[in-house]
Amino acid sequence: MDRSQDHTGQDQAPGEGEPGEGEPGSVVGAIEQAALAAILRAGTLDELDAVVVDATGKRSSLADLQRQLSERSAGSRPAWGKALQQARRTLGEAAERRRTELAAAQRAERSVAERMDLTEVLPAPLPGQLHPVTQTWEELEDIFTGMGFVVAEGPEVEDDWHNFTALNMPANHPARDGQDSFYLEMGEPESVLLRTQTSPVQIRLMESQPPPIWAVSPGRVYRRDTPDASHLAAFHQIEALVVDRGISFAHLAGTISTFTKAFFGPSVRSRLRPAYFPFTEPSAEFDISCTLCGGDGCRSCGGVGWLELGGSGMVDPAVFQAVGLDPEEWSGFAFGFGIDRCAAMRWGIPDIRLLVDNDARFLSQF
Amino acid sequence: MRTTLSWLTELAPFGVAPSDSAAVADMAATLADLGMIPESVERVGSAIEGVVVARVEEVDAIPGADRIRRVVVDAGTKVEVVCGASNFAQGDLVALAPVGAVLPGADGPLERRRMKGVTSNGMLCSPVELGLWEDRGGLLVLPAGAAEVGMPLASVPGLGPDVLFDLEIQANRPDALSVAGVARDLAARVSVAFGRAGSGSPSTAGGAAGARGVDRSTVVGRPGEALSWGDVTVSVEDASLCPRLTAQLLTGVRQRPSLPTVARRLHLCGMRPISNVVDASNYVMLELGQPTHPYDFDRLPGGGITARAARVGEQIETLDGVTRVLGVGPMPDCVIAAADGTPVGVAGVMGGASSEISPSTSRVLLEAAYFDPRSISATARRLGLRSEASARFERGCDPWGLEAAVSRFCQLLGRPDAEPGQPGSNASSPASWDQSGGTPLLDITGDVPRATRIRVRLERVEQVLGLPVERDRMATLLEPMGFSVSDLLHEPEHGQEVEPGPRRAGGGAATAPRSTVEVTVPSWRPDTSREVDVAEEVARQWGYGKISPLQRRPVQVGRLSPLQRTRRAVRRAMVGLGASEVWTPTLLAAGEHKKAGMATVVELKVANPLVAEEAVLRSSLLPGLLACMARNLSRGHDELRMFEVGHVFAPPAAGSSLPEEADVAALLLARESDGAEEAVRSWRALAHALVLTDASVEADQKAGLHPGRSASLFSAGVHVGSVGEVDPAVAEAFGLASRRLGWLQLDVGRLACVPPHTGPLLLPSRFPPAEFDLSFAVDDSVPAETVQRTLARAAGPWSAGVALFDVYRGQRVQAGSRGLAFRLRFVAPDHTLDERELADLRRSCVQAVEQEHPATLRT
Repeated sequence: MDRSQDHTGQDQAPGEGEPGEGEPGSVVGAIEQAALAAILRAGTLDELDAVVVDATGKRSSLADLQRQLSERSAGSRPAWGKALQQARRTLGEAAERRRTELAAAQRAERSVAERMDLTEVLPAPLPGQLHPVTQTWEELEDIFTGMGFVVAEGPEVEDDWHNFTALNMPANHPARDGQDSFYLEMGEPESVLLRTQTSPVQIRLMESQPPPIWAVSPGRVYRRDTPDASHLAAFHQIEALVVDRGISFAHLAGTISTFTKAFFGPSVRSRLRPAYFPFTEPSAEFDISCTLCGGDGCRSCGGVGWLELGGSGMVDPAVFQAVGLDPEEWSGFAFGFGIDRCAAMRWGIPDIRLLVDNDARFLSQF
Repeated sequence: MRTTLSWLTELAPFGVAPSDSAAVADMAATLADLGMIPESVERVGSAIEGVVVARVEEVDAIPGADRIRRVVVDAGTKVEVVCGASNFAQGDLVALAPVGAVLPGADGPLERRRMKGVTSNGMLCSPVELGLWEDRGGLLVLPAGAAEVGMPLASVPGLGPDVLFDLEIQANRPDALSVAGVARDLAARVSVAFGRAGSGSPSTAGGAAGARGVDRSTVVGRPGEALSWGDVTVSVEDASLCPRLTAQLLTGVRQRPSLPTVARRLHLCGMRPISNVVDASNYVMLELGQPTHPYDFDRLPGGGITARAARVGEQIETLDGVTRVLGVGPMPDCVIAAADGTPVGVAGVMGGASSEISPSTSRVLLEAAYFDPRSISATARRLGLRSEASARFERGCDPWGLEAAVSRFCQLLGRPDAEPGQPGSNASSPASWDQSGGTPLLDITGDVPRATRIRVRLERVEQVLGLPVERDRMATLLEPMGFSVSDLLHEPEHGQEVEPGPRRAGGGAATAPRSTVEVTVPSWRPDTSREVDVAEEVARQWGYGKISPLQRRPVQVGRLSPLQRTRRAVRRAMVGLGASEVWTPTLLAAGEHKKAGMATVVELKVANPLVAEEAVLRSSLLPGLLACMARNLSRGHDELRMFEVGHVFAPPAAGSSLPEEADVAALLLARESDGAEEAVRSWRALAHALVLTDASVEADQKAGLHPGRSASLFSAGVHVGSVGEVDPAVAEAFGLASRRLGWLQLDVGRLACVPPHTGPLLLPSRFPPAEFDLSFAVDDSVPAETVQRTLARAAGPWSAGVALFDVYRGQRVQAGSRGLAFRLRFVAPDHTLDERELADLRRSCVQAVEQEHPATLRT
């Protein structure tokens, strides 16, 4: 019970015909001493609540004395009032102290009783995870969309025109030999194949929309090669295509530099060196400084300080002509590289075949 | 392409010592920057330290020994050794490894030994023992005059320290498949003169840029006519396959081992030294890039050669001992035949065994030709026979480089004991052939590519490269490589024949604009035929790395398409369901679909599979995921869920030549408690995550799935996938018999096309919700979802959800039906629902279900 509610006691002087006998101090004092002892004896918060009600509630001796106050003489009333007020305050404070003690004890007891070994929790199924190639693929998409590119996709089964001929690799072109293809038993012999590169998406883009084009095309590609530690018969590439006005080799170099720093880290350098691809001219392979040794030369980079990443170049005028674009008006560049290889580099995966082995324990690490 | 530093230096004075690692590394970096990537750079020749040159003084038999002899050599001092070889005689210069020397591959220093009572104070060495080259013929015998007695073997020219470069050459650079080609590019870059000292520039020998060098030693004929000289007849029957054929007869040829320099370089570059004749042909090919072929003239029936198309089914045994069948490919094969018609070689690919050079050959007919690159490529590919020669011919050799090659061959053969280190250089030793006999070069030339002249706009080159290119800079970069850059007198119209104009000095109204030049391409550069090709050459010689990168961004906003965003959302939702993403093969074994219960699938076959396990295109992700799951279980990984997102294929639609492709996501659930129910829960979780409109499940039979536990999935009326449990028979076929497998498959392309949810939003209400339960006995023919949909409609605008919370099957409902208990929740936005309103709602919901379905309220 809140002491403040009883605090508004009437300050009347004691009068005639007072009930009871004795001095206010000794009468109230005795009650107070008994109540204090009961408060200290209370062993639980519930007991304490009961003791407080007994000592200060409506049916308590103090309440009786309070009610008798008006019957006291005007002379004794202030003394009685003061004594009662004093007793209530003392008891209230004592109860509060005891309450704090008991609450602390109860918490301590509960803490002990409910103690758990949080390392003995049994495992529950975890969320799964994206394949490392997907994680790499999505990060590359994010970087390129951040650079203003859209993401374009195309079919995995292609015709000869989109995969080879339109890319300046007509029938019997020696460059076709380097990309041994899986052909389908469909149409004319060797007319339908599993795409050997993502470049046919470039052709489809240029056929289907007018420039400017700023797009990347990620996807699965196929080569008829026996798999080994660094090659798969089916793997993933991402290729960028830019067709716009006034695009030069210098823009190619700048774009590759921006992308490689974004993906591999700001300290990574890129370099272009002359190469040959039928669909670009000038053509370049692009390397990045070794991500392990930073370019000083180590085992990972064969001591040369550079890692070969992919191919690039200015779109060959013959490709523009194949899709009906005027190479005098439009220019552009393209570059592409392997997503699986980037994933293998990022996580230090020693054998690229692990990426398609699909071992649950291996995959759970990514 | 392998080459050595000493060989390069012989063709241009690079001034780099093999021991100077920094300069060698610089050279390697420059080669890489020119597009000739060193795959390895190796220092060679330091292993023969300690070995000295010695002259054989005495050779004596050892009593009681057949295979060894006592030899005394002079190596400055007399040294007695025991030797098992027999290919030397008194006076020969040999290599002595004295006691204490360490030979390549030896365990320790050479020790003094005693054999049959004779002390051997060292060892006379063979080229193999010295790590020089493969030659099992006995000791290394140096040509007389090649070295001084007592000098270290490493100081003998050709045997000293060197650097071996293994270069990756781009497919369009046949000229760089030669030491001369590499040296030419490198010399241009580092500004040193290209050309063998004192012999003129090899780049122009034989008529560079189409200017044919004709001299008295050449006799010229035309295709179709036989060109004869003495016993020799040369002709070309099919000039489209062989536009140019030359041959020269050398008589009185003496065969002997090649010079140490030649043998060593051949060995280092991956070819086995055989004899001076064969080695000279190989050496010329490596040095100049022009393959030649030496025939034993006396084994050519009829005396001479002709180039013609192979007859259908014609057979020839090539040098490697394999019988080849020709004339059966889609393109004609070119053969070289003897005068009587017998084929004696697969032109440009490999010579025939019948006319091979043998130790007894004394008359050599040397052939040098220019073959059609496409024909050589097709023949080599069809025969599966890639030779050093075919690799060069199919990329396009220099049609005007034949004379230089023949001349170099003769030079190499001419002076076997020439001053060491300079193969074929001036020396007064006897030649290996009779230079007064034989024939001149017999040359049949048909329609051979001429020099290409290209009109080049400087402005265009600048645009392509993003690099300022003035006329003089272009000339400085290109001309050292054999190009020539000249001004045009007048700007020609497009397509007009251009003539080289005189160089213009100074400006003037009558002269051509400075902006256009004419570039003449050397005949060994078939890769350069257009303006943009010239731009590439400019950039290559200038250095790609010296072009300053420029940044540019498009005007458009880069973002993913709805399909791509949907695919990502599906992936993430599946990950959230505890599934690991896998990539299974796109190609399956034939019959794999049938095994997975999809017997009616039309399998799209690969015509040329690599392995039988990957021979048809998948039409579903089910077989791949089942196989993947089975493999993981066999490895002891359990409690798995896996998913894959990828393309599946179906036969072409009408009017299309390509298969139908769909972007599909599939989830296979294989935890202990998984099955059809978990699959449906997964669908609900996905539908929730993707905020699909009106997601629904409709019983349906799906190939590969349990016939009683499969359904089609819809959103906004669009069929987006299927759900259920894998057919137990299918699971068993994949070795997964012991468990129920949940399956969920979604067509991501269709999901992306589902119209987005557009209904009114339910706003939070500050009034309390109310709920009641309704339990119906519903006929088994009515899906629970249908009843639920009826309730949801009947519940009206105050509905805050209808959920099935119990299903009862048993005696307290009629047979053929089951009890379905739903909890309905309501809330109004503007007041607390009272008893009367709730009673009305209850009544209308019960009424709707009982009226629309064979269902009764259970009480």
